[in-house]
Amino acid sequence: MLDNLQRTGARPRTGLLFLAVIVGHVILISSQVQSGSGMPVLEAVTFGAFARLQGVTAGTVRGVRDSWSAYVDLRGVRAENEALRSQVDDLEIRLQEQRTLAQRTERLQALLDLKAFVNAPTLAAEIIAGYPKRGLLTVTIDKGSSDGVTENMAVIAPTGVVGRIIGPVASHAARVQLLIDTSAAAGAVTERTREGGMVVGQDGDPPLRMELVSNLADVQPGDLVVTSGAEGIYPRGFVIGSVESSERGTHLYRSITVRPSANFRGLEEVLVVLIPPRAATPENTSAAAGGGPR
Amino acid sequence: MRIAFGILALIGALALQTTISGLTLGGARSVNLVVVAVVYAALTFGPVAGLFLGTAGGLVQDALAGGIVGVGSLAKTLVGFLAGVLGAQFIVAQPFPRFVMFVGATALHEVCYEGLYALVEARPFRLHYQPLLIQAGVNGLVGLLAFFLVERMPGLLQRRRARRGRY
Repeated sequence: MLDNLQRTGARPRTGLLFLAVIVGHVILISSQVQSGSGMPVLEAVTFGAFARLQGVTAGTVRGVRDSWSAYVDLRGVRAENEALRSQVDDLEIRLQEQRTLAQRTERLQALLDLKAFVNAPTLAAEIIAGYPKRGLLTVTIDKGSSDGVTENMAVIAPTGVVGRIIGPVASHAARVQLLIDTSAAAGAVTERTREGGMVVGQDGDPPLRMELVSNLADVQPGDLVVTSGAEGIYPRGFVIGSVESSERGTHLYRSITVRPSANFRGLEEVLVVLIPPRAATPENTSAAAGGGPR
Repeated sequence: MRIAFGILALIGALALQTTISGLTLGGARSVNLVVVAVVYAALTFGPVAGLFLGTAGGLVQDALAGGIVGVGSLAKTLVGFLAGVLGAQFIVAQPFPRFVMFVGATALHEVCYEGLYALVEARPFRLHYQPLLIQAGVNGLVGLLAFFLVERMPGLLQRRRARRGRY
């Protein structure tokens, strides 16, 4: 073997062999020599080198694991977020329902209070449809002739006068002409000075004006305007609204605008005053000449 | 044949060295027969032979002596390889160059051995020159004797047989 090596072994190959043997010796010696930490040098060197590799591997694995965990967590958070959103939506709907119920309860309570206040028999009705058509502002209630509702009965709300029943009246439904309709009117007086006149609807803001009030009358902004009952439809003393402006007119009468106290945009429940209309009283005719439907 | 001779020489050197060590400590320290055998093989067969025999002899000697296995082996490997390279580069057929080679190889072996131990045990490098010189001289003489015996012995025996046959 040695001869073969000597014969065939070129110098570079011999050098490599020598190098390999030297390296083998170094490894052999290192495996037996203790390092400063009491660990064999070979083990320490191997451990140190491998520790770096392990560090890189562990870092990579940790990175992948963290990324995966973040991804999974993100998915979980997304699902949780969706569930929470759904829950919030449900709760908002419930809250809305509760709020609506509370408002409805309040309105019904107000209606009950009004019913107790009104001496005349009344019937609670719910507005089931509305027709905000220009020139004919009407709503439909869920009570009709079978409930004792007839034409020209007054319809009121806790906050004020709403309007009157107009024909034809169905058995379980009826139409209500709102007071703010341009063709509606009601006899009215100012509460403070008892100045009589007629409240009619108009196109504008505010949607009511008070006519037939003398220029000499004492009517000031803020005065409360109530029904006079002169036209025979609306019971006496119900609030219509408050004077917003009162100016001296060019002819005999003042120019007065009235802000209705009833919220016509948010009407839901009303009371129908179950008193058949009566003929207009003579003494009020002069004050409320155009009472009732014009 | 040469391989067998080299291995046999190494085994004989190891056996003799351990025997000397068992008899007297001073005698063991004043000669290193394994180094002699390695250098002899390197000068005779070349660097690769010196390399392998140095490795094998050193490992066995380290294993028998205790301590760190590989230190003596590495020193003998270096010595064997360098002796083989130098033997191939220069003419070392005469006794003096051979003696110088044995002395130099012994010194190099001792330097490497002590240096490696100083390195792995983190202690200062110390060389005892007097024992080293004695060992180098003894190794050189033993080496020359080995060359003489191997090269001259067959001729002497042949002449002796011829002389006996004449009588």
